[in-house]
Amino acid sequence: MNCQDNQYRGMHPKQVSRRWFFEQCGVGLGSIALSQLMAGSANASEAVDPLAPRQPHFAPKSKRVIFLFMAGAPSHLELFDRKPELVKFDGSLPPAELLKGYRAAFINPNSKLMGSKYAFKKYGANGTELSELLPHLGEVIDDVSVIKSMVTDAFNHAPGQLLMNTGTMQFGRPSMGAWALYGLGSETRDLPSFVVFSSGTKGPSGGSSCWGSGFLPTVYQGVQFRSGGDPVLYLSNPPGVDKTMQRASLDAIRELDEAHLATEGDPEIATRINSFEMAFRMQGVAPEIMDISKEPKETLEMYGAEPGKGSFANNCLLARRLVERGVRFVQLYHEAWDQHSNLTKDLKKNCENTDRAAAALIKDLKRSGLLEDTLVIWGGEFGRTPMVQGGSDGRDHHPNAFTMWMAGGGVKRGFVMGETDDLGFNVVKDKVHVHDLHATILHLLGFDHTRLTHKFQGRNFRLTDVHGEVVKSLLA
Amino acid sequence: MHKSAQWLRFFIFVVGGAGSLAAEKVEFARDVKPIFASRCEGCHGEKAQLGGLRLDAKQAAAKVIEPGNAEKSLLFARVMGRGDQARMPMGGKPLTADELNTLKLWLDQGAEWPEGVGTAGAALEKKKHWAFIAPVRPALPAVKQAAWVRTPIDAFILARLERESLVPSPEAVKTTLLRRVSLDLTGLPPTPEEMRAFLADKSPKAYEKQVDRLLASPHYGERWARVWLDGARYADSDGFEKDKAREAWFYRDWVINALNRDLPYDRFVIEQLAGDLLPHATQDQVVATGFLRNSMINEEGGADPEQFRMEAMFDRMEAVGKGILGVTIQCAQCHNHKFDPLKQEEYYRMFAFLNDSHEARTAVYTPAEQMKRAEIFRGTTEGEDDLRHRYPDWRQRMTAWEKEVAAPQPKWETLKVDVDDTAAGGEKFSVKPDGSLLGEGFIASQQKLKLTSKTSLARVTAFRLELMTDADLPLTGPGRGPDGMAALSEFKVTVGDGKQELKFARATADFGMEPTPLNKRYSNASIKTERQLGPVAFAIDGKTETAWGIDMGPGLRNQPHSAVFTLETPLENASGAPFTMVLEQLHSAQADSPYNTNLGRFRLSVTGEENAVADSVPPAVRAILTVPAAQRTPSQERAEFRYWRTTVPEWVPMNQQIADLWKTHPEGSSQLVLQALEKPRETHLLSRGSFLTPANVVQPGVPAFLNPLPADAPPNRLTFARWMVDRQAPTTARSLVNRLWQSYFGTGLVSTAENFGTQAETPSHPELLDWLAVEFMDGGWSMKKLHRTISMSAAYRQSSRVTPELLNKDPENRLLARGPRFRVDAESVRDIALAASGLLNAKVGGASVYPPAPAFLFLPPTSYSPKSWPESQGEDRYRRALYTFRYRSIPYPVLQAFDAPNGDVSCVRRDRSNTPLQALATLNETMFLETARALAVNTLQHGGTRDEDRIRYAFERCVSRPPVARETEVLLKLLQGQAARFTSGEANALELTGQLPAGLVPAQAAAWTAVARVLLNLDETITKE
Repeated sequence: MNCQDNQYRGMHPKQVSRRWFFEQCGVGLGSIALSQLMAGSANASEAVDPLAPRQPHFAPKSKRVIFLFMAGAPSHLELFDRKPELVKFDGSLPPAELLKGYRAAFINPNSKLMGSKYAFKKYGANGTELSELLPHLGEVIDDVSVIKSMVTDAFNHAPGQLLMNTGTMQFGRPSMGAWALYGLGSETRDLPSFVVFSSGTKGPSGGSSCWGSGFLPTVYQGVQFRSGGDPVLYLSNPPGVDKTMQRASLDAIRELDEAHLATEGDPEIATRINSFEMAFRMQGVAPEIMDISKEPKETLEMYGAEPGKGSFANNCLLARRLVERGVRFVQLYHEAWDQHSNLTKDLKKNCENTDRAAAALIKDLKRSGLLEDTLVIWGGEFGRTPMVQGGSDGRDHHPNAFTMWMAGGGVKRGFVMGETDDLGFNVVKDKVHVHDLHATILHLLGFDHTRLTHKFQGRNFRLTDVHGEVVKSLLA
Repeated sequence: MHKSAQWLRFFIFVVGGAGSLAAEKVEFARDVKPIFASRCEGCHGEKAQLGGLRLDAKQAAAKVIEPGNAEKSLLFARVMGRGDQARMPMGGKPLTADELNTLKLWLDQGAEWPEGVGTAGAALEKKKHWAFIAPVRPALPAVKQAAWVRTPIDAFILARLERESLVPSPEAVKTTLLRRVSLDLTGLPPTPEEMRAFLADKSPKAYEKQVDRLLASPHYGERWARVWLDGARYADSDGFEKDKAREAWFYRDWVINALNRDLPYDRFVIEQLAGDLLPHATQDQVVATGFLRNSMINEEGGADPEQFRMEAMFDRMEAVGKGILGVTIQCAQCHNHKFDPLKQEEYYRMFAFLNDSHEARTAVYTPAEQMKRAEIFRGTTEGEDDLRHRYPDWRQRMTAWEKEVAAPQPKWETLKVDVDDTAAGGEKFSVKPDGSLLGEGFIASQQKLKLTSKTSLARVTAFRLELMTDADLPLTGPGRGPDGMAALSEFKVTVGDGKQELKFARATADFGMEPTPLNKRYSNASIKTERQLGPVAFAIDGKTETAWGIDMGPGLRNQPHSAVFTLETPLENASGAPFTMVLEQLHSAQADSPYNTNLGRFRLSVTGEENAVADSVPPAVRAILTVPAAQRTPSQERAEFRYWRTTVPEWVPMNQQIADLWKTHPEGSSQLVLQALEKPRETHLLSRGSFLTPANVVQPGVPAFLNPLPADAPPNRLTFARWMVDRQAPTTARSLVNRLWQSYFGTGLVSTAENFGTQAETPSHPELLDWLAVEFMDGGWSMKKLHRTISMSAAYRQSSRVTPELLNKDPENRLLARGPRFRVDAESVRDIALAASGLLNAKVGGASVYPPAPAFLFLPPTSYSPKSWPESQGEDRYRRALYTFRYRSIPYPVLQAFDAPNGDVSCVRRDRSNTPLQALATLNETMFLETARALAVNTLQHGGTRDEDRIRYAFERCVSRPPVARETEVLLKLLQGQAARFTSGEANALELTGQLPAGLVPAQAAAWTAVARVLLNLDETITKE
């Protein structure tokens, strides 16, 4: 997204040179040699391509990530963290010592406690307690690890979303997906490797910085896809340009660029030729992947997806289709969870819009075997106050405790970790800070989070800054 | 494993083996030194001294060692992980039990460290880091191939090449050279006419003349402004969640103009940091302080204004560090810098210089508007002089009027209020010493602000609402609207737990508008009724669609006002009983729009006096009247006269004449600027960088490792700015010349433009860097001279052709045995297409524009909230990319694809990627299609009649050189192939060409559009070669 340190600039020309000049230019630039380069054969692409697949520090449990980002911050108290005491003390003020030093965004913290608006049920073989609003998650809960002990430092949306995505509340740092690509490279030649979708009532508060590359090379930033219209910006040919003309034009561009490469010798021209060929392939592949209409009816129903519509359900299905094709990191933003008011009604609506599809994603990945090495993460930027906001039907932002869940490669199944106090206000057991979550995600991807670093401004930066411990108890 | 297990082993070892160990002495060199070397010295050794500690030298390590007592040694405490600090080695594996034991024994046994083991003490007297010593002019190195040397730059470059046994490349051909230098100096390719003139000029000064021509071009300022604006993190929106549009383009234009008039860099920096503090600061100098104000603003609901003011302050420090000093200072926000000698306290001492300002937003006017204003002022003064001339008794009459209006004003009791947080909707209010409230942060679109209060009065007859101006409000307020305006839809008071609403008999104010429909920009899709602004009675008429409006028109509007709401029946037994005032503010556009009319600073009070009404004299004039006549300044007297004359019945014609003149006052624009507080804030060192944990107070000051502050200078922002561009400032000039060098050659002489600290790579040509820095300063800090020096050099003029040998020896071209060749910056990618097509609108400056962009980007769920993107039509559609409106959260996609930074943070070094998304943009994006169409039409109309001529014409427009035969052949083939398809109807010509000028054949134009599109997509077209 942003201000970069082009780390591969220093590396690739030399490698290119070896191949390019001593092997090929010496006998003239043959079109066969060039076509080999175009075909993306392993040696050729590795040298030119900062997205070439790379080995992490150790064998990864997960090779790809789907992060269902519930922007706006869902209420843990209605959805995951059953608190009978909170119900009992509904209408009374919270203990004064609890509020010492506590800052709230909107409310006077000394507001009345409010019990959950929804009942909880037991699901799965372990009888895991979940909200009655999440029956579909209940169906797959035995494949999921629920973390009830998340904490964060931020209690405003934009900083909170940045912290969850980049490990800091400040702008200008690489996002988790960018780090994953930086570490692992890409497994697809035809698609961006870090894809972002957005659904819900608003865009994410953190804007495009949530999936930015910060000071990493820009090739690692997330690319926004849409479930309607052009899935990628400028993917379609302009009016009047059909496929034949596009191909003929690209052939002409390639011929002219090749001729120029032969005289100027700059390997960057070869990279450009390659970029155009990849663009052309993307034009063919992306629309086909984004077309869910040929999915079996049963699958569409399982997700609640409707072809042609922009919805969280469609995005979940698309996420599966993308990871199948080698996309490394897919992030679905669904910004709808900021229930300062209308908690009862809107929470129900949000769960109706997301529960089925999120659960379907787990089921679908599981039946195809992809769940073995795909990590699915669900959660928002913080939790919500046990105290009421605005009368009787809202909750304010709350950083001290919230719930997320994870499923897939390397994560325990049917596991619940962490505990909050009787009011769901503070974590009392197995606290997991956002940095710890990041360390754990990187661990599952095969990285020691302290060693996945990038030097910028004279020091080595990492996703977890100077923090983070892998949450070992989550690991299968 | 864990601490407990380790401990257990440790315990057994120590206790169990104590007897035998007592005799065994730990030897430093054999037992301890290896532990230090393998576990500690990576961070605390010769290479790095994190926390200022090194364990490779006896002398330096002494501070963490207590001989004879491990338990008292900091070294031992840290490796054991005691205290609240992280266990050492930080981020690494803990020491093993054996290692811990060895250390403990060594310490307990007296920590003997024989001389000669480890680094010697003398070696510790570290040489000061080169970049922190002011540069001195180095001698020019001797070279063998002296004939190649055109400028001193070349001597340095050549000397290094000769050391590496490399020879420079030959000079680039003229076409390449002019295109290169045109792109570098103006960001635009040469026009065919410029190229022809250059090729025809056979004089030895031909190239030099081109350099001078380009440096004098207004496009020079545009090109280099963009480079500066990256570091200045310029954008047209606030960032964060709301990311509202802001007006900041006066600052952008200031940069362009400053560069075009070659404002010396020292002045350039001083004005941007402290232009407002210069004597008799001009509008331009104040606008320049927009540099610091380019920080983001968070108006997210519930955000703590002080937290985000601090974030903005940190951002300003970062911009100063990266953009001007070339030193990374951010680390010291939280702790002493780990690598550079910057202490946390020193960071906050610099911070203190900047912590002195209002977050002001001021009205600004273009030169034409300023002339109009001067005309209005002149007309007003002339009219008033005329009145004074015609009515020589004016002074007596004015004094008589003063007596008339001097009747004692009612006594008002200022109310202390509690804000209902829920009704505030996330807006925060600070309470000023005078009892007024200032709204900050979030701005609600529809707000029924509830304020609860009590009075000591037994009886309340009226409520007063004062709207006050404040330097932190837009254009000083009194409202929070973009023009500082506010509107009050309804004013209500309830007593008895909100159940009983008091009735008002009337409302009076010093001013209220004539009934006027609300400006369309404030329209709100969810409100269907037509809304109006008007007299203060609108605030108690029970209608939410009408509001008290206070807009007196441009040039006059930002004034305090006051309204009095008189109760129908006085409130009795009022003392101590709570009541609630509701200030309904419903005259704004939809949520998160910049167009609001919310109150900014206001104060509420009550009186028990009968017949209390609003003072008819405006607050500003009333304030003057309280000054004894003899003590009033001439300007106060004029201001009084200005108001008083409007009350004189027989002066209606002249008053009308002047009022009519003011109606022609331009709306102007606004600009975020600095405005010094009367007294700077107290600055604290912030523990761990958090504003919630302020530590000791610090005074303004600068880091010890940089040049000292000038003696006796006042400790203010202006001094700080002057210090930064002092001749002895070690990094300022180096950082700037390096940044410019980087733009020319792709990589700086120091590859990390943002960081000249100890962790920075050694410069590729240290003497050249210093020579340039000194030359720059001694040359009066002239950036144009510097550009000329670089672009005239033989090094710059080399061919950029890459040979296998060069690529192998110097892949990054750091030694410069060849000229620079790389893809141009994002803005130029687009500008080249516009220029080649002939569509480019070369207008310089002005408000940002909205070239085509997919509409969905600006709507949820892509954008947080709907954003305005009124797609420019006509000439604004084809302005240079520099003028494209920049929303931080929704970067303009084509520019983003080509690595343009979005202004979130200061950026002094862009990435230069090469991706398929770029190819999709130049192939398929709307504007690029339009340029292809235009180039085709242009070619058919002006490129001759033969296809070969036309190809040459279009080709030259894109890459500034004629095609070789093979290239023509490829393009002809494409042309003919596509022409056949369009002619046969296999492809739809008009769909591709769009509307065509008369006389053009669609199939032909379409085929040429295909050719043009190919040319615009060549690597060479978007590459500086």
